[in-house]
Amino acid sequence: MKEALIFEHSRKGRYAAAQAPLERADVEDIPAALRRRERPLLPEVSELQAVRHFTRLSQQNFSIDTHFYPLGSCTMKYNPRACNSLAMLPGFLGRHPLAPPTHSQGFMACMWELQEMLKGVTGMRAVSLTPMAGAQGELTGVLMIRAYHHARGDTHRNEILVPDAAHGTNPATATMCGYKVVELRTASDGDVDVAALREAVGPNTAGIMLTNPSTVGVFERRIEEIAKIVHDAGGLLYYDGANLNAILGKVRPGDMGFDVMHMNLHKTFSTPHGGGGPGSGAVGVGRRLEPFLPIPMVGRGDDGYRWLSEADVPQSIGRLSGFMGNAGVNLRAYVYMRMLGRTGMKRVAEYATLNANYLAHRLAEAGFELAYPERRASHEFIVTLKRVARERDVNAMDFAKALLDYGFHAPTTYFPLLVPECLLIEPTETEAKEALDGFVDAMADILARSAEDAEQLKGAPYTTPVRRLDDVRAARQLDLTWSPDNDTDEPARNSAHG
Amino acid sequence: MSEVPSELKYTSEHEWVRREEDGSVTIGITEHAQSALGELVFVEIPEVGSQVAAGDACAVVESVKAASDVYAPIGGEILAGNDALADAPEKVNEDPYTDGWLFRLRPDDDKDLDELMDAEAYEALLAEQD
Repeated sequence: MKEALIFEHSRKGRYAAAQAPLERADVEDIPAALRRRERPLLPEVSELQAVRHFTRLSQQNFSIDTHFYPLGSCTMKYNPRACNSLAMLPGFLGRHPLAPPTHSQGFMACMWELQEMLKGVTGMRAVSLTPMAGAQGELTGVLMIRAYHHARGDTHRNEILVPDAAHGTNPATATMCGYKVVELRTASDGDVDVAALREAVGPNTAGIMLTNPSTVGVFERRIEEIAKIVHDAGGLLYYDGANLNAILGKVRPGDMGFDVMHMNLHKTFSTPHGGGGPGSGAVGVGRRLEPFLPIPMVGRGDDGYRWLSEADVPQSIGRLSGFMGNAGVNLRAYVYMRMLGRTGMKRVAEYATLNANYLAHRLAEAGFELAYPERRASHEFIVTLKRVARERDVNAMDFAKALLDYGFHAPTTYFPLLVPECLLIEPTETEAKEALDGFVDAMADILARSAEDAEQLKGAPYTTPVRRLDDVRAARQLDLTWSPDNDTDEPARNSAHG
Repeated sequence: MSEVPSELKYTSEHEWVRREEDGSVTIGITEHAQSALGELVFVEIPEVGSQVAAGDACAVVESVKAASDVYAPIGGEILAGNDALADAPEKVNEDPYTDGWLFRLRPDDDKDLDELMDAEAYEALLAEQD
């Protein structure tokens, strides 16, 4: 059943006295010109109406706490409750970001140890925790690459190489940093086309942005050769950490030759995400880029922990936010890593890849076509429905929508773009074999239905509170605001995940 | 197999090019390209008067699946863009070879057109990619 907006429940004068603020603000202190003259248009509902509205909405959620959520390249794994509980200890929650270091030694010790653990697990020489999300981590990384070249007087380098299987944020980041993006082909076996790379590198190459394992769900096999080609041309290697879950504790980007990387701490190290944040995009660097790291970082000396500032890192690219990154997300990552330890982190990668390979194998047995059948999957893999789409009047989106009726969140659809009609499936290490088997059964059933009654499949989902959304209309006729005046027509609502 | 009009020239990026009587050329995306993209929701066309080189990304077509660059098949000066697409991007899906044209340019060198694929070569490319 469709849940009305809280504004549509609103009736003038209705309110919850028990929830009203006890004290009134002294508005006389605010200059008259800055005071609003009308009351804001806030919903007016009773306490019970508010409770019911938000409880009903919460019951309509597809979430990792209720459903298998195999959204490729997003690592929607279970986030242990302990991480959250410990990050919310009163000492952490109550610490003001401007509190002096003398009153923040416990928190700063955790952040220093987190920096050290991330260095250990990635093989990088230094880490800064300040970027507030993966995209900001990428921006930081490429800004440091630029700062490095410029510091050497090497200002003519204006190109960043990006494989066509890269995350869409990679070319966006390079462009934001003023670089021209040079796209690299993916070879038919899923690896970067090394011959194309040799042709593309040159005196203008500032660096390459690479995801390994890549978004086509395979481990890049010639990574050392790629690193050498780029380094020989004077460029640097950027590692996109979105797929770090697949290699955690097993192999380190620093050892592969990468100069800089970002980590999505919220993905790999247990903060619930997918609702738009907050995230943490910590960056790690090798020797060349260490002088350019963003501040503040945590340093340790004889007198305890202190914030490193411009005086300590004079060539720093600067500050990315008012304080030191998303403290809560960094704390959860700290707790998660301390709970797992070195052995546990290895198990994350082992089970993430084992689950992906098991699922890929079972789906292939059930009649699905794998995009790279001859390759071992990383922590995710691609099914292509190209053949099914050609023979029957259904496509990957129909499969994705139909899965919702079976109680499964849809995998990533139509990404990466170079594989037609694709589903990018990432089961993660936290799913039991029974959940994976259930997913295979659902997919097999949908495949059978696509042969029997494609038309019926195109109407899916049938059991969700909101049925098939008109995403074309939603994109063409943006309708993002509500006011009492336009409360008549049915908006084409769009779904979003991340 | 999707429609490939024999009188047009083609690129490996799934664009078509038509030589007009006044010496200008009209450019759009092929039936195959619009079908692969799905329903378009936004089209960005190049600024009239701008100069483009062959291979420059000069327009964008966006569907609910993906946003894709459209490349200049040959170098030249942009003479016109299909303004009707701003309100009706679906024209590209409905009539990719007629009402759904993207932009028109004056070639730097007429001979550049000879480098492009003819319909037969483009059909062979589609068959190979299938």
